[in-house]
Amino acid sequence: MGSASLIALLIIAIAMAVIMIYIGKIFGISSTNPQKGEPYECGIETKGLTWVQFNIGYYLFALLFLVFDVEIVFLFPWATVVRELGMVAFIEILLFTGFLFIGLLYAYKKKALSWM
Amino acid sequence: MISMIQFSDVLAWIHQLLSSCMAPWLVFLIELVVASVAAVVALLVCVIIMVYMERKVAGHMQLRHGPNRVGWHGVCQLFADIIKLLLKECFTPTRADKLLFVVAPVLSLCVSLLALAPISWGPGLVLWNTNIGVLFVTAISSMGVIGILMAGWSSNNKYALMGAMRSGAQIVSYELSAGLSIVAIVALAGTLNTGGIIESQANGWWILKGHLPAFFAFIIYIIASTAECNRAPFDLAEAESELTAGYHTEYSGMQFGIFYLNEYINMGVVSMVASTLFLGGWQPFYLPFDFGWAHAFNDIMALKFMETWPAWISWVSLAWPLVWFFGKLFLIIFFMMWFRWTFPRLRIDQLLKLEWKYLLPLSIVNLVIIALIVVLGLHF
Repeated sequence: MGSASLIALLIIAIAMAVIMIYIGKIFGISSTNPQKGEPYECGIETKGLTWVQFNIGYYLFALLFLVFDVEIVFLFPWATVVRELGMVAFIEILLFTGFLFIGLLYAYKKKALSWM
Repeated sequence: MISMIQFSDVLAWIHQLLSSCMAPWLVFLIELVVASVAAVVALLVCVIIMVYMERKVAGHMQLRHGPNRVGWHGVCQLFADIIKLLLKECFTPTRADKLLFVVAPVLSLCVSLLALAPISWGPGLVLWNTNIGVLFVTAISSMGVIGILMAGWSSNNKYALMGAMRSGAQIVSYELSAGLSIVAIVALAGTLNTGGIIESQANGWWILKGHLPAFFAFIIYIIASTAECNRAPFDLAEAESELTAGYHTEYSGMQFGIFYLNEYINMGVVSMVASTLFLGGWQPFYLPFDFGWAHAFNDIMALKFMETWPAWISWVSLAWPLVWFFGKLFLIIFFMMWFRWTFPRLRIDQLLKLEWKYLLPLSIVNLVIIALIVVLGLHF
């Protein structure tokens, strides 16, 4: 089918979602009152804003993730040719992951890997 | 001797039949639509079985029956639930970010269905036979986190936001070790094409041929993919005792239903990838050994005895790869359900510690050992 199947799948997904939600809109019983639009926080009225600055811990892990995810992107082309290249590929990967491993150890030493 | 019928023969025959009476562009369009719809329907049928299986497995593991009121042994329970969800109102909270709130479930569904394109269901049964198959699945399934973050943030609900942030941290973290395990198998197979990876396992699955490192890679992949699907014991994103329902707290009706469906589609895709990479996809079990009864066993598994049978019986053998494919799929899903009722939920610091201090270093070392195996040609 080729890459056209991606477009077909995308259209199917959007159509499926829209039809399902639309059927709900037609058959669903709808009512409104001011209490209903409030955020659901187990009965207690919500206090303060929700869209505020969040814990920096998540940000640190996102940064670390970026480094290692780019590493994996580099590893994919390497993995397809490792058989043809032989020993050179092995030494290469040893150096490459070695450097990143040092980076991981540094992050470990700086306590960036433990949740705060 | 009558040769066995293959899917490619059947597909070529259908193509010829259509081409004889229609314009080429119409043939292409019909084939495209039929194939894509067939793939999605096959997945949805799998999802229906998965939901039923989940409830029954959960029930029997807790010494109860599970659903058994609606229909025979409760088989119609899911359909009753779908009708209930369809009759519920799709409600948007007044203070929510309306656009993102509506887009989030649609985006999640798009992303998880797109991951279906390069999956090889049987010999020649693949929607998009591409040389970047596995990379594409990894790339597209990591976009699922955007839908979850979108849903959590736009709800304007603290539980939803916390659930989404946890889920984001969890999914991106575990993606690393899942990716490294995939790279390990790609290094063994030497190709990113899903069909190519499966064909490279014709003389034994990678989990058997790749020695212990391949087995470790399998275990790491299963743990990481359980976490990526937000399933227990990694279900912090929707830890019901602390966050009500996590990122989909504010969703109701069919919008919630889409998130629910999405979770099962993701499970299905992850299991398909696991069976493609490690368990030989649609390849039957093969003993990579060289003695008498192993050969006999492999011949039986490859349905060699059917070659002398009448032609119409060999049509039955078409189903053989599908039996193996779906068998492995549901085996892995059963394991994921088993985990759910065996391990207690992790705390967020334990979760990140498990990934960054244990799984990630382990999978890097594992990858280097696999590279050594490939370079020295130690695999079968």
